[in-house]
Amino acid sequence: MNYVFYIAAAVAVFSTLMAITRANAVHALLYMITSLLSSSLIFFVLGAPYIAALQAIVYAGAIMVLFVFIIMMLNQGPASTEQERVWISGKTWVGPTMLCAVLLAELIWIVRGDPAWLPGKTIIHPKDVSKALYGPYILVIELASMLLTAGLVGAYHLGRREPERREGES
Amino acid sequence: MSSVVTSLLVIVFVLFSLLTTASLLIWLERRLLALWQDRYGPNRVGPFGLGQVLADMIKIFFKEDWTPPFADRPVFVIAPTFIVITALMSFAVVPFSPSILVSDIDIGVLFFLAMSSLGVYSVALAGWASNNKYALLGALRASAQMLAYEVFMGLSLMGVVAITGSFSMQAIVKAQENIWFIVLQPIGFVIFMIAGIAETHRIPFDLPEAESELVAGFHSEYSGMKFGMFFVGEYIGITLISALLVTLFMGGWHGPFLPPVLWFFIKVFFFICGFILLRASLPRMRYDQLMAFGWKLMLPLSLLNLMATGAVILWSS
Repeated sequence: MNYVFYIAAAVAVFSTLMAITRANAVHALLYMITSLLSSSLIFFVLGAPYIAALQAIVYAGAIMVLFVFIIMMLNQGPASTEQERVWISGKTWVGPTMLCAVLLAELIWIVRGDPAWLPGKTIIHPKDVSKALYGPYILVIELASMLLTAGLVGAYHLGRREPERREGES
Repeated sequence: MSSVVTSLLVIVFVLFSLLTTASLLIWLERRLLALWQDRYGPNRVGPFGLGQVLADMIKIFFKEDWTPPFADRPVFVIAPTFIVITALMSFAVVPFSPSILVSDIDIGVLFFLAMSSLGVYSVALAGWASNNKYALLGALRASAQMLAYEVFMGLSLMGVVAITGSFSMQAIVKAQENIWFIVLQPIGFVIFMIAGIAETHRIPFDLPEAESELVAGFHSEYSGMKFGMFFVGEYIGITLISALLVTLFMGGWHGPFLPPVLWFFIKVFFFICGFILLRASLPRMRYDQLMAFGWKLMLPLSLLNLMATGAVILWSS
């Protein structure tokens, strides 16, 4: 399975680079979807099929569809592409590159260290993930669900129609 | 070595039977619609008009394949392939019989949900890349509709998964040896069927391509085989939803006397005819009705169904 991992990793790195550098928003999003799908494949190869499926369903399948939906609804023409092209300049790269260098250094440090840290030794089945989520991590799940509820209530409030306008319509 | 050959044979069998089914469905749908509307339908070419399939294929392959100059060319060309690829990929986890099965991974149901959620991109990107207002409106409708109906499509299946205790399709079929899940999960069955019709955007949920309002919706600018891909994708989608209804709720390949694979095909054929009957009998919904129906009725209902299923499982164990 090693070569599958390397191909998926290469696709992930390439598509992420393309996603950052494209000036056309929809093309950038397409590369980002590819990147998410290749990381899903990496999860699968490393022995976490459940996380791989969730990565494809939630990130590539639902959240990115929303992104595409919003960008389609705004429907910005070639002018915004030109604007993006101006914004992508040499100076903006400094900060992200430094942060990425930190991550890369950490990654190299982990890989060259203790082999017990390396993933892929065991396959994690859906039941194991569920037991971990609803066992030791139950508090985190509850906190996350509260956060989502707050977001939901906020969205509902913003999307609510004014009462007097509703009378005028009917 | 022999296992590689067997799995290759299975893949060839699955792809061959699917593409044949998809092309025959064009003829079947027209004949059945004609029957229910009290007319003849295509009956001139060959026996029972079956030659119509060949004639349609020749026609669609030799039509001019036109890409509009104002379209976003790479995305325009690649978009129609998504719908066919994702629908065909989903069949990798559908068990045709105890032995005919491409892959029995333990996330089978999730794999299908992932593929169906990726299929949205085909429609969304096709509409965006066409650079045409009708196509864009169709694509917007399609992505909102599929996003809304995907949520409770997944939730409606979780009852079945909870009873079986596994995401594997083969395990789900084997768990129905004594009693089909349509008996234990009638609400889940109905919700999944409605969501499946919406996912394949067929009448009464064909808002994305509503001819009377949007020309042809997201595929207005498509011609030739690119248009054919959307067509084939839709028919494979119908076959897929029927196959899943059979696998998850109607006992899969279980059945007396006949060989399992034949039972599977008979049940799938029954549901495909049901899809066509729906098209023959129902009008199109309005868009706000579609959204209200999805979010205000189907989503709470599927949540209640899941909670009740969970309570019963806990209580009986």
